[in-house]
Amino acid sequence: MKQIVQTYLSKKTEAATLAVFRILFGLMMVWSVIRFWYNGWIESLYLEPKFHFSYYGFEWVKPIGDWTYLLFILCGLAAILVTIGYKYRMAIIIFFLSFTYIELMDKTTYLNHYYFVSVLSFLLIFIPANAYFSLDAKWNAKKRFQFVPKWNVDAIKLLLAMVYIYAGLAKLNSDWLLEALPLKIWLPSKAHIPVIGEMMGYQWVHYAFSWFGALYDLTIPFFLLFKPTRWFAFFFVVVFHIMTGILFNIGMFPYIMIVSSLIFFSGGVHHRIVKFLANIFKINKSLFDNGVQFNLKPRFRKKLVYVVVTLFFVIQLLLPWRYLTYPGELFWTEEGYRFSWRVMLMEKAGYAQFKIVDGQSGAWFYVDNSDFLTPFQEKQMSFQPDFILEYAHYLKKHFESQGHKNIEIYVESQVTLNGRRSTDYIDPTVNLVGEKESFHHKKWIIPFKDEIKGI
Amino acid sequence: MKRKFYWIIPIFAVLFIWACSSDGDDTETPTDDVGMTDDDDGTSATFARGAMLANWADNIILPSYNAFLTDLEALKSDFGTFENDRSEANLVALRTAWITAYKSWQNISMFEIGPAEDNGLRLTINTYPTDVDLIESNITAGTYNFELSSNRDSRGFPALDYLLNGIADTDTDMVAVFTNAATGDGYVTYISDVINDIETRVTTVRNAWQNGYRATFVENDGSSATASVDRFVNDFIFYYEKFLRAGKMGIPLGVFSRTQAPNLVESFYYPQLSNELFLDGLTAVENFFNGVAFGTEDSGESLASYLVALGREDLRDDIQTQLNSARSAIVALEPFRTELETNNPAEAMFSAYDEVQAAVAMFKVDMVSAMSIAIDFVDADGD
Repeated sequence: MKQIVQTYLSKKTEAATLAVFRILFGLMMVWSVIRFWYNGWIESLYLEPKFHFSYYGFEWVKPIGDWTYLLFILCGLAAILVTIGYKYRMAIIIFFLSFTYIELMDKTTYLNHYYFVSVLSFLLIFIPANAYFSLDAKWNAKKRFQFVPKWNVDAIKLLLAMVYIYAGLAKLNSDWLLEALPLKIWLPSKAHIPVIGEMMGYQWVHYAFSWFGALYDLTIPFFLLFKPTRWFAFFFVVVFHIMTGILFNIGMFPYIMIVSSLIFFSGGVHHRIVKFLANIFKINKSLFDNGVQFNLKPRFRKKLVYVVVTLFFVIQLLLPWRYLTYPGELFWTEEGYRFSWRVMLMEKAGYAQFKIVDGQSGAWFYVDNSDFLTPFQEKQMSFQPDFILEYAHYLKKHFESQGHKNIEIYVESQVTLNGRRSTDYIDPTVNLVGEKESFHHKKWIIPFKDEIKGI
Repeated sequence: MKRKFYWIIPIFAVLFIWACSSDGDDTETPTDDVGMTDDDDGTSATFARGAMLANWADNIILPSYNAFLTDLEALKSDFGTFENDRSEANLVALRTAWITAYKSWQNISMFEIGPAEDNGLRLTINTYPTDVDLIESNITAGTYNFELSSNRDSRGFPALDYLLNGIADTDTDMVAVFTNAATGDGYVTYISDVINDIETRVTTVRNAWQNGYRATFVENDGSSATASVDRFVNDFIFYYEKFLRAGKMGIPLGVFSRTQAPNLVESFYYPQLSNELFLDGLTAVENFFNGVAFGTEDSGESLASYLVALGREDLRDDIQTQLNSARSAIVALEPFRTELETNNPAEAMFSAYDEVQAAVAMFKVDMVSAMSIAIDFVDADGD
């Protein structure tokens, strides 16, 4: 066994593959940051709200006023440095930290693809993506390598494969497969899209999209890994992601996934891409083709990298299953929903009215949520229990500071899931002031009235 | 590589066809709990949002604006009569015309989109409670600028409410105020200015609809945070929640402040009208939901027919039933001001409020979700 592992770890592959990945990933990130800024989202998502929803344990991560712009500048500059491969190690660490900090500032904006970027950039810290066709390698012969350990490239492939397969497994449920939900709800509203719009109302289209989507997610990594099917699979990657990009408002995600899938190609393809870039920018490509293999030098450091990367994948592998430790329907309680590649799985909406009660006199009043939350925050809050609790605690503090005493907070809420009629969501008799956030099951969520079978 | 990749085509094709056709057995049994009726596979369940927008614009919004301006014209004419002959009889006629126009306003209040939104129409025409001290000091000063937002509380229908109903206890005393040799003209001029202000603003909005905005509105028939349907449904629900439910009932009830405040009712100085104004607003909401052409019994494409196209008759019926329950509950009430002044807590009004409230979640959660309506101006990415 040890022999097999040792042999595998000593296998080498073309560093050009990592170079292409680094450049394209870096460019995508630069574009993402610019787009985010250009759309005014720094203001509307991080500066205008009075209150931000925090991840459990990361309550200290908050927007930092006008300095938030600096954070985005830092993130964008780091992405540029990653792209050109200048001071790569420092750049990718700064990128990982700044990007992750941004994501942690407010969980209202949680998206699986942002999480993917965070996770991927963490992995890239341990991978010498600057070994080839980078400024680091150009200017310093000691950092110049034509070959890198094969596991470096495989790690990225593995992460991508996990994203796809977990996204596919999440679709193996009765709503998705038997009811074609939520696509049955989403697709008909796309009737105005030219050419394909007319088809979006047919029920067979909803089922075809659902089943094909699940099948695609579950199998595409294997078709990409298998050389004879690779080009064809890549064609499907492009079609699938462009299609979802047209139909849904998912920003950069399709492009990031298309570009990332190139990692599955062999070194020859990447050498051609590098050659193409080298011609445009008048860079001497042969300088990098030195036949030298990258090798992490101090044994201790090498071991540390192995341990960290192994741990990373173990966590990635287990995290999506944590929902099994909670009772109740995952889609309803969302306990263990995030960080698990559950993408575009449900149409969920809610309505939550908070009642502030004076525990002694019984006098009460309702909160106008728009006094405290943006419409986006209110929307996200109204169907996620951890948001509801955090907001209740914020309201308690707010009204206490206004001189209210003996505050009890109750919530009257309704939630609809995948087109089912809305039903009561949070137990309206539970005083949320007395409930604490934790990883334990939230007993004050009213159990789901229906059943969704499957994973 | 090229030679080999063709063999995968049949495999993918077979998988794809299998994926497409495997819905056969499962679709035969509609699941009632999901509330979706399964359509015949042969028909497309898409809904022409553009047709609904056209119905809204041509048969509801524009006719409502025109009818309002006609009622305002009548108010102006009765005012002209009163201005020249400040008798009690003419005051009563003027008040009646004000009631008609105020009721007519309830039909257009919800259309706060496009030109109305740009002009902040609702805030400038119907912000209450009105600021009596500000009105009096404006009249005393003889100069005032209605363009200033600081004058928002001293104009529009609530200002007329004070001037025509609250300025003195009896009609005789009121006529005395208007005929006072020293100060009477100041009051009459102020009424005239308020009416003209309303007319100018609504005319501007109506003209903007006629000259271009109608086309902009109807052509933007897509599905996104900035598309007309998404934006207007947001505005519609916002009206129901904030202005009908909260403004006309919830806030005076003290639902958001724990103190009943009868002074915050709409039409405070003519309290027998408050409930009627509410019911007019509710009727406008119902007619809009059902797509009923203004002033007729005919209906076109609407939110109701949209729900039907999506197979959600259940939800349409529930919304209609709930709005009816709200109406019955309100009809049974004494004027809001009386309810609030004689009962604390005003139990009957509270339970009527709950009926009004119950429709909010149906609109905001079930209907919006069924139609995939994007929430207010949030165009952030999804995943």
